[in-house]
Amino acid sequence: MTRKKLATVWLDGCSGCHMSFLDMDERLLALADSIELVYSPLVDFKQFPERVDLTLVEGAVSSEDDLKKIRHIRQHTRVLISLGDCAVTANVPSMRNPFGVKAILDAVYQQPDLLNAQVPSEGVPSLLPVARPVHMVVPVDVYVPGCPPSADQIYFVVSELLAERQPDLRRMLRFG
Amino acid sequence: MTNRVLTLQINGQEVSGREDETILEVAREHDIHIPTLCQLEGLSSIGACRLCLVEVANVPKLLTACITPIQEGMEVHTESERLNHYRRLVIEMLFSEGNHICSVCVSNGHCELQNMAQLLGVDHVHLPYRNPQRRVDASHDRFIFDPNRCILCTRCVRVCDEVEGAHTWDLKARGIQSQVMTDLNQPWGDSTSCTSCGKCVHLCPTGALFEKGKSVAEMSKRREFLPYLTIMRGKHR
Amino acid sequence: MLAEDLHRMAAHERAQQLQYDHHIIVCSGTACRSANSEAVRQALEQQVQERSQIGVCTVTNGGCRGLCAAGPMVSVEPAGLLYQGVTPADAGAIVDSLGSAPVPHILCDTSAAFFSKQRALVLEFAGNLDPDRIESYLANGGYDTLLKAVTEMTPTQIRDEIVRSGLRGRGGAGYSTGLKWNTVAKAQSAEKYVICNGDEGDPGAFMNRSEMEDYPFRILEGMTIAAYAVGAQQGYIYVRAEYPLAVSRLKGAIRQSEKLGLLGNGIFGTSFNFNVDIRLGAGAFVCGEETALIASVEGKRGNPRPRPPYPAEHGLWGHPTLINNVETFANIVPIIRNGSEWFAGIGTAKSKGTKVFALSGRIQNTGLVEIPMGMTLREIIYDIGGGIPGGRHFKAVQTGGPSGGCITAQHLDLPMDYEALMQVGTFMGSGGMIVMDDSSCMVDVARYFMEFCMTESCGKCIPCRVGTAQMFDLLDKITRGEATLDDLALLEELADMVRNTSLCGLGQGAPNPVRSTLRYFRDEYLSHIVDKVCPAGVCKMQHREEVLP
Repeated sequence: MTRKKLATVWLDGCSGCHMSFLDMDERLLALADSIELVYSPLVDFKQFPERVDLTLVEGAVSSEDDLKKIRHIRQHTRVLISLGDCAVTANVPSMRNPFGVKAILDAVYQQPDLLNAQVPSEGVPSLLPVARPVHMVVPVDVYVPGCPPSADQIYFVVSELLAERQPDLRRMLRFG
Repeated sequence: MTNRVLTLQINGQEVSGREDETILEVAREHDIHIPTLCQLEGLSSIGACRLCLVEVANVPKLLTACITPIQEGMEVHTESERLNHYRRLVIEMLFSEGNHICSVCVSNGHCELQNMAQLLGVDHVHLPYRNPQRRVDASHDRFIFDPNRCILCTRCVRVCDEVEGAHTWDLKARGIQSQVMTDLNQPWGDSTSCTSCGKCVHLCPTGALFEKGKSVAEMSKRREFLPYLTIMRGKHR
Repeated sequence: MLAEDLHRMAAHERAQQLQYDHHIIVCSGTACRSANSEAVRQALEQQVQERSQIGVCTVTNGGCRGLCAAGPMVSVEPAGLLYQGVTPADAGAIVDSLGSAPVPHILCDTSAAFFSKQRALVLEFAGNLDPDRIESYLANGGYDTLLKAVTEMTPTQIRDEIVRSGLRGRGGAGYSTGLKWNTVAKAQSAEKYVICNGDEGDPGAFMNRSEMEDYPFRILEGMTIAAYAVGAQQGYIYVRAEYPLAVSRLKGAIRQSEKLGLLGNGIFGTSFNFNVDIRLGAGAFVCGEETALIASVEGKRGNPRPRPPYPAEHGLWGHPTLINNVETFANIVPIIRNGSEWFAGIGTAKSKGTKVFALSGRIQNTGLVEIPMGMTLREIIYDIGGGIPGGRHFKAVQTGGPSGGCITAQHLDLPMDYEALMQVGTFMGSGGMIVMDDSSCMVDVARYFMEFCMTESCGKCIPCRVGTAQMFDLLDKITRGEATLDDLALLEELADMVRNTSLCGLGQGAPNPVRSTLRYFRDEYLSHIVDKVCPAGVCKMQHREEVLP
């Protein structure tokens, strides 16, 4: 059996979902026989490969960079999985949405008591008007809500997908 | 007044109930689950959340189970792909309407909206989020009102009026702008009618009303008082 | 007041009228008033005085003549002349012409199709009654029918007449009026109520306003007959406060009727008592929905509640309540006076009588028309309405307001009745008819009506509260040229859900303009979405290389 190509992506999130992924512990070893981790913040590949079977996306789409990344990833992924509340609902990153980018940047970087009050513009991608869930930007195949989803749930989803089954997560997962 | 006993079918099962009972009441007596959010035994039913809509044979429209009295020979269906589709959309609408961030909510894990989403299999919201700007009212000594988490079930309005008799809560504005308010849209802490009894807080299905000092997932609600009060006041049913 | 008094007063008023050779009647409806008819009347009065015609000629207020676009309207009786677009400067010429040739440049051709094709039942007397004076109504047979009803007929006989007449509710849904009356009559209760629904709120609808302004006594008489027929003692007229003239006319009518004992205790010497009060609506469209209206009359927030139970069994303060539209009550007097057979002889198999429509939008003769049920849309638009101005082409007409749908050119020969309109995906509604020509964008039209429903939703039930806002956002996105085909699919999904799950008629009907325009003008939606072009050139498209998510 050829090993399936798995990628994990970290957009606007806290990396908690990746921690949960690592929490699969020894089950990672079991999975290792059937997967090949081709791209991930956990490994050192710089380029997203041409063809990936499964991509787990953590985080909301909040910046120009996120948007560019996720569009590229979608084109090169067979099954795209929204992993965790940030990817599924935009979660904590979306808490800025009601106020707009300017108000948020001003509140953080333009406080009068700051020594060098300025909004960073060099080397950081600019924020989109609102942070969005992944499926509002590109089509998503599987949703795994949770903050974070547990290691058990991630293991279930990945193993079902590896067995070419659509994981039935209803009633197993919840937001938050 | 005499109450006749009527027989009807729910999901093909023969059941019976008194003629003044609603479809929802009879269903519950027979352990048939119909989802609800705004309805609560002990308060008046208003049919607002539309989750309890059911199909009735030979009735073209969907009927509100919490408020429709049973009829002899009625054939009720509480589950169908169509009903579940509508119910999921109702939940999605609620999530899209406010700012529901479960992971940082005091009611995380104890929330009826969150539970209902899980029960109905809502794993994402495909409606655009509206991201409204709503101000939190923390002016009360002991309680906080966060309208971002409010689903307008009006349990607070009803319990304050019907049980506590204070009528501190009511509705303001209309349509998508609707919100519950205290007194005549004054800060809760300045309310002269509020008795600080906390009934509204504990009947609130989400984290919209909570006690000060509670952190994420710490606010579980205690509802036992409501059936107790309604029985003690002899107004049960 | 007894029968003799009624007849004596009517005879006296008629004799008074005969003492004058000429009667100049100036339309005092809202439309003509806004076209300065008050000043016209004052000028006429002054000219009558200056030309020493006092004692020969009267100048009075009258009601709407329908041709609102050509106001102010002035009629001269008994010559039967009608003048249009009258200015105060014309007053002298009109007074001078009395008894001789009419003033040519303002003369209105009353043989035109606009007048000849109409059938006046509700709008009887063609605006010649003075709505401020009960004597004017009495002189024209007013309250004769109530007298007949309470002294010669039993409540059952009256209800049977209404059932046999086939009259259906003129508020829009077309429920059998007789059936409703029977339900209220049969309900067991010591207290019952009659409510007249005058909360007309559809954009482009002004039938009920005119009916209340011009025929306040007729409506009171109809309500009183209804109260007698169902056993009610108290009535309410719910009028929106935005109709100040209707409110003041109704108040005046109630006061005058009470004074003469035509409202109150022991009407016409019988044991029948009936009182009417006015309740003002504060501008919420949803209060036209009967359960919301009842909540509002009770002094509560105007939110609807699910039905059943219907108000006929459980209405105002929990008592059986008959609630009918203004125009339904206006139909009662002619039915009881002329008999159900006469009424049933007008109209189609299932839709009897006439219907008053308010023509507006891209049409020559903006105004109020009354036609027998079953007349084709083509006759209404082209004969009565005078066609589309500016050499443009007819595109569609919206009936039923924000809960209705559009009728397109392919259905121009559709007979106007309840069933036929349902078949093409709209409904009769209360009678607003907004005509659109090829300069109208149907997506923009749908967006307009959705915005109306969104702001008028009471917010109680989730599908209407959130669904109308979501649908509005999607329609707005389409008209900005930023939408995708997925957005269109979502719009259709929401339209189905909101229609089937909303609590009251407002939410259930809110998706109708979208569904209807999608049914007939899907290509326009696709132009906006796929080609980013508004075919009518109404919508301002965003020209961006790539629209941000």
